[in-house]
Amino acid sequence: MGKQRTAVLGTGQTHHRAKRTDVSMPGLLREAVDRAMADAQVDWPDIDAVVLGKAPDLFEGVMMPELFLADALGANGKPLLRVHTAGSVGGSTALVAASLVQAGVHRRVLTVAFEKQSESNAMWALSILPPFQMPVGAGAGGYFAPHVRSYIRRSGAPEHVGAIVAAKDRRNGALNPFAHLRQPDITVESVRASQMLWDPIRYDETCPSSDGACAMVLGDETAGDAVPGGAAWIHATAMRTEPTTFAGRDQVNPQAGKDAAAALWREAGITDPLSQVDTAEIYVPFSWFEPMWLENLGFMPEGEGWKLTEAGETALGGRLPVNPSGGVLSSNPIGASGMLRFSEAAKQVMGRAGDYQVDGARTALGHAYGGGSQFFAMWVVGAAKP
Amino acid sequence: MNAAATETSEAPEAPLSAPLNVGFDYTRSVGPVLGRFVNALRERRIVGVRGSDGRVHVPPVEYDPLTAQPLTEFTDVADEGTVVSWSWVAEPLDAQPVQRPFAWALIRLDGADTCLLHAVDAGSPDNIHTGMRVRARWADEPVGHIRDIACFTGPDSPAGPAPTAPPPPVAERAEGEPVSTVITPIHLRYLHSASPEESRYLRGLAEGKLIAQRCPACHKVYIPPRGACPTDGVPTTDEVELPDTGIVTTFCIVNVPFLGQRLTPPYVAAYILLDGADIPFLHLVLGCEASEVRMGMRVRAAWKPREQWSTTLENIGHFEPTGEPDAPYESYAHHL
Repeated sequence: MGKQRTAVLGTGQTHHRAKRTDVSMPGLLREAVDRAMADAQVDWPDIDAVVLGKAPDLFEGVMMPELFLADALGANGKPLLRVHTAGSVGGSTALVAASLVQAGVHRRVLTVAFEKQSESNAMWALSILPPFQMPVGAGAGGYFAPHVRSYIRRSGAPEHVGAIVAAKDRRNGALNPFAHLRQPDITVESVRASQMLWDPIRYDETCPSSDGACAMVLGDETAGDAVPGGAAWIHATAMRTEPTTFAGRDQVNPQAGKDAAAALWREAGITDPLSQVDTAEIYVPFSWFEPMWLENLGFMPEGEGWKLTEAGETALGGRLPVNPSGGVLSSNPIGASGMLRFSEAAKQVMGRAGDYQVDGARTALGHAYGGGSQFFAMWVVGAAKP
Repeated sequence: MNAAATETSEAPEAPLSAPLNVGFDYTRSVGPVLGRFVNALRERRIVGVRGSDGRVHVPPVEYDPLTAQPLTEFTDVADEGTVVSWSWVAEPLDAQPVQRPFAWALIRLDGADTCLLHAVDAGSPDNIHTGMRVRARWADEPVGHIRDIACFTGPDSPAGPAPTAPPPPVAERAEGEPVSTVITPIHLRYLHSASPEESRYLRGLAEGKLIAQRCPACHKVYIPPRGACPTDGVPTTDEVELPDTGIVTTFCIVNVPFLGQRLTPPYVAAYILLDGADIPFLHLVLGCEASEVRMGMRVRAAWKPREQWSTTLENIGHFEPTGEPDAPYESYAHHL
């Protein structure tokens, strides 16, 4: 492919909360950026370019936030790009930043993604209805719940599998000092007792609404070689897109996701993902998307993703720990959620994941999806050079 | 947040249009730097911040434009200064600060090195020029917002205060607490137009008909029609009238209330696949308990009274069970 070797030099994130009214939007970003730059041991002159991502503008009501964020991102005199792919944007932002290093254009790139959901109302923003239509839209949950029902019907999964995911991710989140929701005592039973919001999705199976940001510094091979304890090396990247609706579209197991995963594993030289990947940070905003994406990504055959979850193999200590950081179910600053998946994968292979470190993690997946399951972005990072 | 589905077009075959109004009162956490600025305004003071090169930025910037470091050296500047450039607004818009012809001006306040954008109530474009001295006219009741400066005035400004737009809403805060949040209402007013094909479908709805289109290449039937097949990219010209019966492919029960919601929860939002269609659309299912709705359930449209019909899918109030046997899963599995 002729790509230049590229590594994650450092990562940073905010303490995610329902409302971060203590900081402005630039201040929120800088909290993540300052941590990432400290983690990467770089200063502003070391940064060649900045790549920014956030979810749709209506979520904060700021048109083109990259304009007024340039000072806070140290971007004056440097290239500043914004990436826009709905909920997957944190992942695709990281991949655009990576491509600038892989292409040999820049040596070190700062990438950052954010959402300050408390300044708006995402449920409202996702339910705006153009004229002439039936007003049945009900936010992201209302969009995805029918497809979750389809998955349950198609796979024959037992009803409690969603609750297993939710309880696991929230308990993982309790190990993560940056997580918004930290619920060490949550159980499958308590999840199943929580209110049904968008039947079949319950309250505790739903991601929170968070203010937060995530940042990473990516660098070339020389910069990666200099990282104390070892960088996270990018082994493969993939992005794919498909339309929101067309006749015969598979909404449960979208073709674009399958195609992206196939390309990803091929580039990474992975033939058996379940055996060769040590941990995965997968974009799971509603619990059932864990088994759905386990199948879409090729970790499990179609219809059998839930079996890995039900067997406890996606918990810490299992065969494939999924979302050891707590995932989107524990923190959901929408624009940053994808980048958090990518950076948590990097932290795992750098051995910097603290209390939720997966023992011996050498190869990790970061994954994001967005829109009506139409944008997919993913990477494989490793402790060893590709 | 309201979408009114009213026909505004006169010509019978012209595409239909209707207003789409979107509005929200966004909140802004000001943080420590802009917080200093807005809280000073409440005391009729204007605060800037000194950058690494010694320049004083007004309004204060949070991070130095040269070094990107956080800035913390605040300094008061004057509430009068010099017009650096300006542009005349002959017809003010609703929310603009001065409700008679005025100038937007870049004003360098005495003691500042950067320009503040604000309104100058000059009365006439003959009464403003670059280099002119202007002074802030403060609002009667400052609240901690840029609008605490009602406008600026020059030596030849009209006598008496200019008519002003209503003040912006103020975020709640505890008595004696500083301003930490400002509210910025944003309203977008669109004219939403349907495509020619969707307009034909909508006019069909106004007559109680369900008009779809078939792709000449893949023969899939789309309702609403798209005008072009999303899979093959070819124009769809063959019209097909569909019956008002079909099945529920999948659904959810919405129990959650939210801002802007137009139906009262709980309600069943279901994908309805009309007989003869190849793609489902979302609609409401009533006529049985929500817990009785099933994938594959046969349903029929329950139309509103004819005198309520217009060019909208809302002419169908909901779908309800027909009582026929459910469709077998295999017959609709590829529509999920």
